[in-house]
Amino acid sequence: MSERKTVMSVNGTEMFSPPSNILIPTRDEGKKPVLDVRGLGIDFGGLRAVDEFTITVSPTEISGLIGPNGAGKTTVFNLLTNVYKPTRGAILLDGHPTAGKSVAQVNRMGIARTFQNIRLFDQMTVLDNVRVGMSNNIRCNFAESFLRLPGYFKAEKRSRERALELLSIFHMESEAYTLAGNLPYGAQRRLEIIRALATEPKVLLLDEPAAGMNPSETHALMESIRQIRDQFGIAIVLIEHDMNLVMGVCEGIAVLNFGKVIAKGTPDQIKNNEAVIEAYLGRQEKKEA
Amino acid sequence: MTLLIQTLIQGISLGSIYALIALGYTMVYGIAKMLNFAHGDIIMVGAYTIYSTIALAHFPGWLGVLSAVVFCGVLGVVIEFLAYKPLRGAPSLNVLITAIGVSYLLQNIALLIFEGKQKAMPLGDFDFPDLKVGNTGITVTGEVIFTITLTVVLMIALTLFINKTKMGKAMRAVSEDKDAARLMGINVNRTISVTFAIGSILAAFASLCYGMSYAYIKPTTGSMPGIKAFTAAVFGGIGSIPGAMLGGFVIGILEKLSSAYISTQFTDAIVFGVLIVMLVVRPTGLLGKKIREKV
Repeated sequence: MSERKTVMSVNGTEMFSPPSNILIPTRDEGKKPVLDVRGLGIDFGGLRAVDEFTITVSPTEISGLIGPNGAGKTTVFNLLTNVYKPTRGAILLDGHPTAGKSVAQVNRMGIARTFQNIRLFDQMTVLDNVRVGMSNNIRCNFAESFLRLPGYFKAEKRSRERALELLSIFHMESEAYTLAGNLPYGAQRRLEIIRALATEPKVLLLDEPAAGMNPSETHALMESIRQIRDQFGIAIVLIEHDMNLVMGVCEGIAVLNFGKVIAKGTPDQIKNNEAVIEAYLGRQEKKEA
Repeated sequence: MTLLIQTLIQGISLGSIYALIALGYTMVYGIAKMLNFAHGDIIMVGAYTIYSTIALAHFPGWLGVLSAVVFCGVLGVVIEFLAYKPLRGAPSLNVLITAIGVSYLLQNIALLIFEGKQKAMPLGDFDFPDLKVGNTGITVTGEVIFTITLTVVLMIALTLFINKTKMGKAMRAVSEDKDAARLMGINVNRTISVTFAIGSILAAFASLCYGMSYAYIKPTTGSMPGIKAFTAAVFGGIGSIPGAMLGGFVIGILEKLSSAYISTQFTDAIVFGVLIVMLVVRPTGLLGKKIREKV
């Protein structure tokens, strides 16, 4: 685990003004956060699903978002990707506000995600799934691709090679021409991560990447998550219930309960936090009845 | 035997026209999950565009076809933008009724401009020689050869486009999961516009073939082929592109066979009867995908 230090907020700083105590890995010190979320909130009718959600994520940080079922974790992901429009608050991605942008535009600004319940394009091959993600980066115009001009061939070859390269992260090149829907469960989860990476994000959001995986698969996934961070130099935010994975791989953790952040800190700080233990295990009853 | 072969060839030719139209229905359904009942009337618009360019403005035949292709393509995008896009996310019944409204609107605009009297299609430039097959007595007319060739070329082009290009991949992704596609940075609205444009362009080509076979057009010209093509799309499995091609040919051949061997009076009853049987026996159509229920 990398060294860490606590930075107190300094209001009025030129770079950015973190609204609360934040933690940044030492290697990201002095860098602008890639994701700066302030006072984010959304109401569904009278229900405050998420409220006062504030986090900063530094450019190569792996952070975790945990909390009991229904705490609003996936809602936060939907807010970050603009699938839900926030009622309150602001999201700055690499310094640029995402408000008013479409879901596709936010993706192109640099946020990609995976889904809790896998949502691959089942009828398309593994390779094409990856290339759908890439389609917005590799330029080749409509007429050119239709007339199959040399530029098209070149772009096509480049996109194929890039897709295979991405697949090699999880050693999936040999399955490039399998239909995504026919892959085993674990491979589908991995493909979702690759497809998200293909959009060249600055922040990768993983929604329960280890769900349904056995301990050895989970262990391999942890390694992969670190490898992806190092290789692509991106920030990763993950939602996960598997505490071994969260505590093992995350540098900073935010705990959500009833839509509010109840604790933020390093894995060690979170493990011993009273409010967190209470949220997960409930309050200790007085020994009376 | 001669009659049978002759009938089959005519059936394939008619089926080609249905298939071209059915592709528009099925692609739009696959991507926008709506039944665009105004699609049949695009053929009528295409036919009148050809008529206006050639007979009224005295341009050469190829320019008539080109203007129909461009005009229909643009019209498809405009209709989608004005009528269907505001209803994205509305119940499907609302969109369906809007589509029927658009259909009547197009028919009545055509009635205002060109009046109800039928017009002869000025397709002199597309008069191709007939082909006599040896001394078997089988004659394949020029328009049949042209229709089948054009359809095969367009289908190959469409298949390549869907499978090989960036936009084709985006279209397949959007038809499977619109929200996931959006999150992969795909502009869903643009993808839907392109789908409408392609569907309408195919309909414009269909209007050329239709005009060659039937020679006369009127404002309601698009209705019947539109409904037959819709039948073909459902028969093949709506949402499936190979299904629409197959369904088109099956319906076309069925129609010609029943009018040659049973009765011209009963042709439509037989075609739609087969659709009903199909829906009872196999509701997803010949090549339709099973609907997966998520629990």
